[in-house]
Amino acid sequence: MNEIVQQGEAQLQEGLRDNGYLMTTVEDVVNWARAGSIWPMTFGLACCAVEMMHAGASRYDLDRFGALFRPSPRQSDLMIVAGTLTNKMAPALRKVYEQMPEPRYVISMGSCANGGGYYHHSYSVVRGCDRIIPVDVYVPGCPPTAEALIYGLIQLQKKIKRTPIFEKQDTKAQYAYATGEEKPYSKDEMHVG
Amino acid sequence: MSYTSQHLQKHIQPDVLEEVVQHIKTSKSDCILQAEVIDSEMVVVARRADIVEMLYFLRDDAQCQFKILVDICGVDWLGREGREQERFDVVYHLLSVAKNLRLRVKVHVAEEESVPTATDVFSSANWYERECYDLLGIPFEGHPDLRRILTDYDFDGHPLRKDFPLTGKVEAYYDEKEERVAYKPLDMPQEFREFDKTSNWQGVSGNMVLAEEDNVFDEDEFKNT
Repeated sequence: MNEIVQQGEAQLQEGLRDNGYLMTTVEDVVNWARAGSIWPMTFGLACCAVEMMHAGASRYDLDRFGALFRPSPRQSDLMIVAGTLTNKMAPALRKVYEQMPEPRYVISMGSCANGGGYYHHSYSVVRGCDRIIPVDVYVPGCPPTAEALIYGLIQLQKKIKRTPIFEKQDTKAQYAYATGEEKPYSKDEMHVG
Repeated sequence: MSYTSQHLQKHIQPDVLEEVVQHIKTSKSDCILQAEVIDSEMVVVARRADIVEMLYFLRDDAQCQFKILVDICGVDWLGREGREQERFDVVYHLLSVAKNLRLRVKVHVAEEESVPTATDVFSSANWYERECYDLLGIPFEGHPDLRRILTDYDFDGHPLRKDFPLTGKVEAYYDEKEERVAYKPLDMPQEFREFDKTSNWQGVSGNMVLAEEDNVFDEDEFKNT
């Protein structure tokens, strides 16, 4: 491992010294930039928000991943749905999501956001926030630990890094699937781990 | 008495409670159906029409001085034995800081009946009554702004009523065509299950049949999807 790193560093030094530039693809650079500075929208709905704060505070320190919490959807790339989504909150959540500039990502944090969780049979709770907005990463737990949320963020970074940037993303198909209007994705379209 | 913790027992003087209850009883006998001390707690049942007068008295009387309205609760006694007509109770919780006393005032309400508003006596009653109206559907007569306070806009029904279905009647989803959050009739793939925690052998009780039905493999269901 060490040798490979040394070898890579040597190549890097050589390229910079001899040529003054490095060669890579636009896709890699753009995705590297996107994955390296995911700014989450502060969207705490319930007890999961406390765990999200832990992830942001000094012990786990989301800043290490380039993630700064923003108080405005206009400056955010990611929405962490941390907690129970009620029917009354759903239009507001949707509005905030739509206010975010593209590309935008969503992490559904905890059982309530994933599928209603403890309140699945309640008259006032949305049974999973993917009924309202498309979700990229689901973090299980009740609430998930700060480590789990960070793991989810890393998974999202991995997803961003292998997303082709010159293809238009088909969010509409995701909705059709969620609302049951169309059949789900075929196997080829589904992304695999 | 037995239910109150020892810590609280030190601060409660049973004689004082009896005195105050007797005082309320003698002063407002025409407004009161029942007044007594139960487990070191004062409980007064008032007539529905006289509740405002009763609250004025409890607030202003020198021996009572219940100047704080802590909460207003509603109780649904659906099918309560002996008093089927009086379906609801409205419970006022009062606090007297001057006398270090707490008092519970109850009013019996039938369905379709309304309670005179307490907003003139305690301004804090405004939101409490709205909450009570929202969740149980008890109307408060003379309330300045009686509308829902907690449930969703255009919500149908009163969820704390015993005959309201737990899962509600509709569920929210995002309508792709109309580009807004909309509602559709409830579609619950899995039935609510009661878990019997006292038994080691029967995990699920009540609707076991449904649980078994869910486990049956339906070939046609897979073909269609």
